[in-house]
Amino acid sequence: MSRVRVLVGTRKGAFVLNADGTRDKWDVSGPFFPGWEIYHMAGSSADPDRLFASQSSGWFGQIIQRSDDGGATWEPVGNEFKYDGATGTHQWYDGTPHPWEFARVWHLEPAPDDPDTVYAGVEDAGLFKSTDGGQHWAELPGLRTHRSGPSWQPGAGGMCLHTIILDPAHPGRMYAAISAAGAFRSDDHGQTWEPVNRGLRSEGIPDEDAEVGHCVHRLAMHPARPEVLYMQKHWDVMRTDDAAGTWHEISGNLPTDFGFPIGVHAHEPDTVYVVPITSDSHHFPPEGKLRVYRSRTGGDDWEALTHGLPQEHCYVNVLRDALAVDSLEDCGVYFGTTGGQVYASADAGDSWAPIVRDLPAVLSVEVQTLS
Amino acid sequence: MIRVVLPAHLRTLARVNGEVELPVEGEVTQRAVLDALEARYPMLCGTIRGHDGGPRRAFVRFFACEQDLSHESPDAPLPAAVAAGTEPYLIVGAMAGG
Repeated sequence: MSRVRVLVGTRKGAFVLNADGTRDKWDVSGPFFPGWEIYHMAGSSADPDRLFASQSSGWFGQIIQRSDDGGATWEPVGNEFKYDGATGTHQWYDGTPHPWEFARVWHLEPAPDDPDTVYAGVEDAGLFKSTDGGQHWAELPGLRTHRSGPSWQPGAGGMCLHTIILDPAHPGRMYAAISAAGAFRSDDHGQTWEPVNRGLRSEGIPDEDAEVGHCVHRLAMHPARPEVLYMQKHWDVMRTDDAAGTWHEISGNLPTDFGFPIGVHAHEPDTVYVVPITSDSHHFPPEGKLRVYRSRTGGDDWEALTHGLPQEHCYVNVLRDALAVDSLEDCGVYFGTTGGQVYASADAGDSWAPIVRDLPAVLSVEVQTLS
Repeated sequence: MIRVVLPAHLRTLARVNGEVELPVEGEVTQRAVLDALEARYPMLCGTIRGHDGGPRRAFVRFFACEQDLSHESPDAPLPAAVAAGTEPYLIVGAMAGG
């Protein structure tokens, strides 16, 4: 019987949640690395027992942990993230030039075909790659050194590269997203990059439809239809049908189009999930009601999913890497909150129940579907 | 032997309990002690100072013999009591936050 493993990164450690395919009863293990921030954990689809975790601390810096037994035991691997060549400058919050400084790894993306290859998106924005299971990391500097790099500015959370998507149908094509620079695409395995932000409009930057400067919060793709991507921007939910050549807005009837995560149903490329948040100055859901919104039409037409979610006095946030889906026949959807709850739905979002209620603030949720 | 006390998070990371005892060849300086520490526990590289012996991380402090040695040259000799192993070299996570 299939089973699922949910990898939860929190402000104070990592947790691994296991269930069989019914997703009724959960075994909760952790905290691993207690007291450390776990920005992200990810498993290799080439070897599902190989997991990576980004462990960091304001005191002691960055650690990368690796498990080869599905999260039962962990070993620290390489943690040196050295930018390639001259680091140059980007803009600081006040507009002055600021040298690139490594702060932490926000996102780990294992390659689908090789358990030893994994990409890391870091703050200050850069893309690194390891081909030896995380022991050594080398930057793919073409992104950071793009001609627009000196004009990039950090978002409120730092200038982070938080999204890495590998196109399964076009070898060498990959996407990255940076707050607050925007979305970028490479067609040569990450060697060179171009901004792909045409159609985005962002109030609050001098040129609303500039080539870069957009605060993209998250991208999502369905692997069966890789030319379509969905985006949760700071404000606006967006879609492209031509591999990010142009974007158009699909916010439709959402109560607010501010938010962080966005995800796609495992078997329905037109079924999309977002978690609307009141605004960038109120990082909590509208009306104190925690609602996931689902579109079954690829955007514009959204329905609120509320069954099992708190519908009063709820003021948590759901961060950009904290929503994921499994690929069981009845697609499961999972998300974690800054209040420490991890909610699961075994019926594509129709109904929800918490797996755990009282973890530290959840930074990331990933799901592995295991046979 | 040089006695080194690590902060709790780094003891967990290095999987040690209590003090660490390290042999240090030649003059006992902060750099020599940290080099020996990282050679035995490579997972600590980058957590106390930059890789390749880079500068001390901002929220890490070095104490010994009731002195703050954080701003001393990494190549200055440590107090004789540390070199003799009668006093420990303390690596401390600075108190920060609320």
